[in-house]
Amino acid sequence: MLFTIAQFIKAAIIQGIPLLFGSTGEIITEKSGNLNLGIPGIMYVGGISGIIGGYLYEHNNENVIPILCIIISLLSSLAGSALMSLIYAFLTQTLKANQNVTGLALTTFGIGLGNFFGGSLLKFFGESGSISLINTGLAYKKALPFAAKLGLFGETFLSFGFLAYLAIIIAVVSSLFLNRTRAGLNLRAIGENPATADAAGINITRYKYLSTLIGGMVAGLGGLYFVMDYTAGAWTNNGFGDRGWLAIAIVIFALWKPKSAIWSSFIFGGLYIICVYIPGLSSSAKEIIKMLPYLVTILVLIFISARKKKEHQPPASLGLSYFREDR
Amino acid sequence: MSAPAIELKNITKTFGSITANKNVCLTVNNGEILSLLGENGSGKTTLMNMISGIYFPDAGQIFIDGEEAVIRSPKDAFDYKIGMIHQHFKLVDIFTAAENVVLGLKEDGKYNIKDVEKKVAEISARYGFDINPSKKIYEMSVSEKQTVEIIKVLYRGANILILDEPTAVLTPQETQKLFAVLRKMKEDGKAIVIITHKLHEVLDISDRVSVLRKGEYIGTLITAETNEEELTEMMVGKKISLDIDRSEPVNCEDRITVENITLETSDGVRVLNDISFTAKSGEILGIAGIAGSGQKELLESIAGLQKFDSGKIVYNDPKSGSAVDLRGKSPYQIRELGVRLSFVPEDRLGMGLVGNMDITDNMMLRSYRKGKSAFLKRSAPRELAENIVRDLEVVTPGISTPVRRLSGGNVQKVLVGREISLSPTVLMTAYPVRGLDINSSYLIYNLLNTQKEKGVAVIFVGEDLDVLIDLCDRIMVLSSGAVTGIVDARTATKEEIGKLMTKNSKGGALDAE
Amino acid sequence: MQNNPTKNTHEPLFHIAKRNAMVWWKAWLIRGVSIAASLIVCAVIIVSLTHQNPLEVYGAMVKGSFGTSRKFWAMLQNLAILLCISLAVTPAFKMKFWNLGAEGQVLFGGLCSMVLMFMVGDRIPNVLLIISMLAASILGGIVWGILPAVFKAKWGTNESLFTLMMNYIAIQLVSFAIMVWVPSGSSVMGLVNSGTRAGWLPDLFGQKYLINILIVAVLTVVMFVYLKYSKHGYEISVVGESENTARYIGIDVKKVIIRTMILSGAICGLSGFLLVSGTNHTISKELAGGNGFTAIMVSWLAKFNPIMMILTSLLVVFLQRGAGEIATKFNLNTSLADILTGIIIFFIIGCEFFINYKIMRTNSGKEGK
Repeated sequence: MLFTIAQFIKAAIIQGIPLLFGSTGEIITEKSGNLNLGIPGIMYVGGISGIIGGYLYEHNNENVIPILCIIISLLSSLAGSALMSLIYAFLTQTLKANQNVTGLALTTFGIGLGNFFGGSLLKFFGESGSISLINTGLAYKKALPFAAKLGLFGETFLSFGFLAYLAIIIAVVSSLFLNRTRAGLNLRAIGENPATADAAGINITRYKYLSTLIGGMVAGLGGLYFVMDYTAGAWTNNGFGDRGWLAIAIVIFALWKPKSAIWSSFIFGGLYIICVYIPGLSSSAKEIIKMLPYLVTILVLIFISARKKKEHQPPASLGLSYFREDR
Repeated sequence: MSAPAIELKNITKTFGSITANKNVCLTVNNGEILSLLGENGSGKTTLMNMISGIYFPDAGQIFIDGEEAVIRSPKDAFDYKIGMIHQHFKLVDIFTAAENVVLGLKEDGKYNIKDVEKKVAEISARYGFDINPSKKIYEMSVSEKQTVEIIKVLYRGANILILDEPTAVLTPQETQKLFAVLRKMKEDGKAIVIITHKLHEVLDISDRVSVLRKGEYIGTLITAETNEEELTEMMVGKKISLDIDRSEPVNCEDRITVENITLETSDGVRVLNDISFTAKSGEILGIAGIAGSGQKELLESIAGLQKFDSGKIVYNDPKSGSAVDLRGKSPYQIRELGVRLSFVPEDRLGMGLVGNMDITDNMMLRSYRKGKSAFLKRSAPRELAENIVRDLEVVTPGISTPVRRLSGGNVQKVLVGREISLSPTVLMTAYPVRGLDINSSYLIYNLLNTQKEKGVAVIFVGEDLDVLIDLCDRIMVLSSGAVTGIVDARTATKEEIGKLMTKNSKGGALDAE
Repeated sequence: MQNNPTKNTHEPLFHIAKRNAMVWWKAWLIRGVSIAASLIVCAVIIVSLTHQNPLEVYGAMVKGSFGTSRKFWAMLQNLAILLCISLAVTPAFKMKFWNLGAEGQVLFGGLCSMVLMFMVGDRIPNVLLIISMLAASILGGIVWGILPAVFKAKWGTNESLFTLMMNYIAIQLVSFAIMVWVPSGSSVMGLVNSGTRAGWLPDLFGQKYLINILIVAVLTVVMFVYLKYSKHGYEISVVGESENTARYIGIDVKKVIIRTMILSGAICGLSGFLLVSGTNHTISKELAGGNGFTAIMVSWLAKFNPIMMILTSLLVVFLQRGAGEIATKFNLNTSLADILTGIIIFFIIGCEFFINYKIMRTNSGKEGK
């Protein structure tokens, strides 16, 4: 029994990590007032660009060095998601396009990119079959060296690849950044009341660009974690599923707080797979249980709008583009 | 004594065809409080906005501490140690006082909100503010929010403070507190400009008074050597006759009776305080008052757009002779009751019209529900649009032009034309000639007079006292949400009305909280 | 020497201002140029992938959509469904209600049809079955649409996030139903009633999709008339443009929000019915196939004009089918279609900036409005 629970917790964390990257990234973005619905697409691109980087390295070198596998795929993943975010930022900030439409188009585009390269990459190089980067995957999956020595505890909490810990570190750092730094204060002010921030001499365009860019890169790491660690370097089309939207749901559930996103992600990760761990559950009942995260998110959304507690609201200017002369 | 803190020389600023400031000269010294006095639209705020970097003057020079300064942005103004406290606060609601104070600052050293709070507390102690630095803005009263704005400016090391009508939102007690603070700052050597139109406050707080009228600089007096009468005369000027044909009211009946209505905002500010009056058929009732004295709320209450807290609004139907209670009715219900009430609101494109729709579709706003059909009938509105364009000489490429693209005067003609076409028994207009040129203004005056002669009860909220006196039959004066007097327009003088406008109503609006 | 522009202030060289209005042909010229530019970018991508003459490639795309009678009808069918969902989301958008839940509303509507089709089957006359399926779908779509609207009207609950979540609840409900109905656990539902054809919309003049297409064609005209000539449509415009004006003339804004979302949900439900009864005769999680999101872009690109939506949805469907054709021909992945769609939409929404704003050189002396 204990073993099952430990296994479940471990699985919940594994499922939660991509969600944590995604929701932390989206929180950083939304804090500037940008509702980036392109995050699901960005996460696909974060995954596939990591795969492409890793593949090019593995494909062109006989003896691969694990650390180089990681560095190359990590950098190419970051570059991919940064480019995607740049499209969003340019369209919504510089060209003042509608955020919802831009975000949805970005998601269509991003998922398309992911599946296209996922499905065609090998063909470009005259190979067949499906992508599987064994070396890179192994490098990412390498657990903390002492995890195995700590028995069940080590196995449950310490047996993850480094990206898992990075996700938590990024969430904590984001929380500190938002609440304990000048730049964080300025960023939150932009999301709440851009006109006030503008009057206080804050460069709104720069902040919005940077937060969208950084947020997108963080979210992209979620895609990278999924393909490198979770599936160990293998790509399946649409394999990432709807986790990107789930990450956006977590942003609401966590009330726009990166620290709360940590446990929220693990809860959502748990709910995502709990059906496997409840014995005697019919396959149809499993589908009902999978509904829970979304149902809970709706309830949270209704609850916060009904209670109108100021601290729990979305950033006040979320989804609106700011144009100084509109004042 | 060294050079004055601010010296303005021949400042001129125009917006399109309107001259907001014309050759204005002004000096403010360190360790002095200067009152800038003037009616609405006299250009006080525009002038100060040029010092704080919101606008840039078309002509003229600004000297700060004796040196010519170029102020192009609020940031430049900060650099000259100028801070302005606007009427509309620029604060982030969910932030604490301290967080708002440091927002956007690029200080050296580690950011620690506790240090900021300490520094805010120090400033508060020095000048006698009463504020909790870790309190959130949305939990604050209006006067606390104002305090945060002032501390924000002081924290940035401002030497010159400009306050735009700071007492408009304060209770008398809070006003006294603010004045005590301002006096301390003055002793500290700071130069302070306070924009106001309340004469007793001018006399109470300032060392000198500068008066603006219709964008022009009238003069500066030493406060100790002047009195209310002299200031009022400088502020409102000599009466200018406007040649508006005014007929004697005939067949006056009580049409709308307002009894003791009171309205409080969610902040607890009493914007309407125990207002009672009667609007009669066949006359124009003017409403005078400083902007924000409750005019908007009063009209919206009558129109069914504002829920008021207590009191009664009764409409006397001229046909049936019965009295209809309008309280708690929506605009649609009011119409359904057969009350023919037309309303030209202050915000023409934001409320009275839909900017992106064409003239025809805007004509339908009031009438589209007519008939049982599920579909719109555009023929009548189209005809109406054509008539209005022709009769009121609306300059437009056609009736299918979006009203957003018309000039201010033409927009107003469309709106007034539509409201009059409903053959109202009550016609309420808020600042109907604001932003209009002379010809359009007279056209509107004539329309209102025609309506009056038809027996309509016309309510005219205006800002130009000359117009009010020449156009209206009676003038009701509002001050801080309360009626301070109702005068006969044929005998009233500008000074008399001016005084009522700035009179601090007894037991008035400002007692709330 | 009064206006001496100083050296120590750095102003941007350009500044942006809202344009009043652009002549219609200029606006369309800009849109045309941007579509052309996007097609060039797409061509560059396709050519670099296939190493073929771009004209040939676009030729293949045209063939993919119009090449054979079968392909042409299939394209019309795709067009009809995308257009139908676009029509559904339009009234809500015009009111500035961000319904991102069309996907879920279609899916749930389709599920309602399938319940009857599967459970009742040929036990009642086919006409009756189809009519009750239609009713059930519309009702289902309404339920999915009205929930977020009620909360939006009552508490201002964020509708875009709410509707987004409703999509996934619908998806899980469909998965649940399939699990219940398909005992093998293969999680794929085959054709339902393939023998009796109970609940299948009949062929018309030998064309399988003709009824779908006709229904949507009629609906397009109806929606155009509704938005432009009905009192409801007028109220939607007023609420969307300015809630203050709506209040001023006594429109009950909450009522309009709820009523419009009922309409929006109902048409989504209808789309679900057309998919289940008129097209697929089965159901899966991918019933709406992302069209709920694509429809938002179609509606937006057409500026909420139903007639224009025929063109914008044609553009999208053409790209999707054409790219699919290239993908098969050159042995590439079919997701190429999504990439191309994305690029073209980026260009079109980006170009609106040049229609709505003008870029001016900063005039160094004057400022203000």
